[in-house]
Amino acid sequence: MSSSLALPNEAVAIAEKRSTKRWANIYAGRARVLFERSFRVVKTSSWPVVLSGFVEPVFYLVAFGSGVGPLIGDVSDGYGHMVSYSVYIAPALLATSAMNGAFYDSTWNVFFKMHYGKTYQAMMATSIGPLDVALGEIGWALLRGLVYAIGFMTIVASLGLVPSLWGILAIPAAVLIAFGFASVGMAITSYLKSFQQMDWVTFWLLPMFLFSGTFYPVSVYPDWITNIVRALPLWQAADLVRCLMLGNISTALLWHVLYFAVMIAVGLSVATRRLTRLFMR
Amino acid sequence: MPDDQIVPRLTLVPNPENQTQMIVAQNLTKVYGDFTAVAGIDFTVAKGESFGLLGPNGAGKSTTMRMITATLQRSGGDLTILDKDPDKFGPQIRAHLGVVPQADNLDTELKVHENLYIYGRYFGLSRKYLTKKIDELLAFAQLEDKRNSKVDQLSGGMKRRLTIARALVNEPEVLLLDEPTTGLDPQARHVLWDRLFRLKEQGVTLVITTHYMDEAEQLCDRLIVMDQGKIMAQGSPASLIAEHSSPEVVEVRFGSDRNAAVAERISHIGDRMDVLPDRILIYAQDGEAALAEIISLGQHPVTSLVRRSSLEDVFLRLTGRTLVD
Repeated sequence: MSSSLALPNEAVAIAEKRSTKRWANIYAGRARVLFERSFRVVKTSSWPVVLSGFVEPVFYLVAFGSGVGPLIGDVSDGYGHMVSYSVYIAPALLATSAMNGAFYDSTWNVFFKMHYGKTYQAMMATSIGPLDVALGEIGWALLRGLVYAIGFMTIVASLGLVPSLWGILAIPAAVLIAFGFASVGMAITSYLKSFQQMDWVTFWLLPMFLFSGTFYPVSVYPDWITNIVRALPLWQAADLVRCLMLGNISTALLWHVLYFAVMIAVGLSVATRRLTRLFMR
Repeated sequence: MPDDQIVPRLTLVPNPENQTQMIVAQNLTKVYGDFTAVAGIDFTVAKGESFGLLGPNGAGKSTTMRMITATLQRSGGDLTILDKDPDKFGPQIRAHLGVVPQADNLDTELKVHENLYIYGRYFGLSRKYLTKKIDELLAFAQLEDKRNSKVDQLSGGMKRRLTIARALVNEPEVLLLDEPTTGLDPQARHVLWDRLFRLKEQGVTLVITTHYMDEAEQLCDRLIVMDQGKIMAQGSPASLIAEHSSPEVVEVRFGSDRNAAVAERISHIGDRMDVLPDRILIYAQDGEAALAEIISLGQHPVTSLVRRSSLEDVFLRLTGRTLVD
């Protein structure tokens, strides 16, 4: 091995360059390296998982849209327009896939790397910082959400299921939704210690998927249940995407955006604080 | 008589003051709630030195190690690594270090060569640098033909070597190894020791925790013996043995029900005696002579062994307990 030991090594020079910057002890400006790792992991091991995340909403669309849809006929979109059943459920399926992908990445994946693979422990022995790790992992969940959203939108648009041009904004909306779920998911995961607790957290995704206005309007519920459902993040997500894809544009949509902005802000600040403590304790 | 013959062969090797100090710990303390894991220890590690932390499980070795690697904040005292405070300059310090943790934490989702590549990227090293470095490291770890294997397909010894190779990716000046050979078979241990010797020859400073006294004797120039968060003794392996034990040890077994009774009758033999549940240890200048004396008293042990004194004996002497329970 070449012995450049007398001289400071390249890694030292790189680390010293940042030493005077703000947050130098928790952030090395290398969150992108986490992306690089994730790319390789997908290539080497986890491509079936990634692929399944992509085809899942398409399967639902085929089964319910083409299978159940004709039995139902047109339905009201909740804003006074009658649309085909496929058009009604497609936006909610996009919102759900954004939620599932981001939440899975930031809960199970993060939990495994934290407690079993000790992947973060290995990272923390290098000159990378905990903030790099948090940003890199959440960023990856978002990138995955973006790719899924583009794929799904390409399919539904080519099937003629997106009546409004505003629908293009469903793609950034899906990323916003993914960001909200990834941040909160990571914050929750940082508190959990066992697989049983993890099961409880992810258990709630299924009923939320089934009952949040995904397959039928929430107006079928008694008022008090409707109000509870409207407070859930998936209804907020589904309604946002549906309004964009169907062209029901109003300033009311900003409330949905605000909802996710709060999820992101709270989730991120809790996650970064907790992760720094977990890594450095 | 010429002077050099009076000088004892086993001299304490002090940490030379004029050398560069890589690590300086003063009254270093770590407290978890009302449990004190590290209770105010002082030590220094000089450049190029091979420094050991010896002690049983729970002695505070790994906690000390994690504070040195700037991944655990200390509760009190002073600690500088390459003249920097780890609380303020974690990433800058870690850029100088190579860390081999107690449990392998290789990235099982990546292949062998990718483990080295991505780890290098965490340090911000360039792709060009790493391409060359990975070949070098795989050769060093004797893993060239495992380059494209998944980590799970490697044996325990191979994983350990890969972990060490990974720790060398940034050409560290200090390599920290926490229990490097725990769980490995004897052959794999010797391969690993050989690799560590090579690094030492190249001038890498080694810091090693272990609860194996043979490992400490093989690898360390100087060590501290820790128990319950405190330093019990420090010095070179040879000087510790010279200071705290006799040159030779006789181990005799009379059967667990007779050991105590026999011990009373032979207690005058040798320099000192320890009665353990399963055996009696007699520390002596001449082991064979001591054993002959025991037999001449009419006491015939079931088994007997005369051996050189070891760090295990030093630890037993200092704490009244054995290293590996």
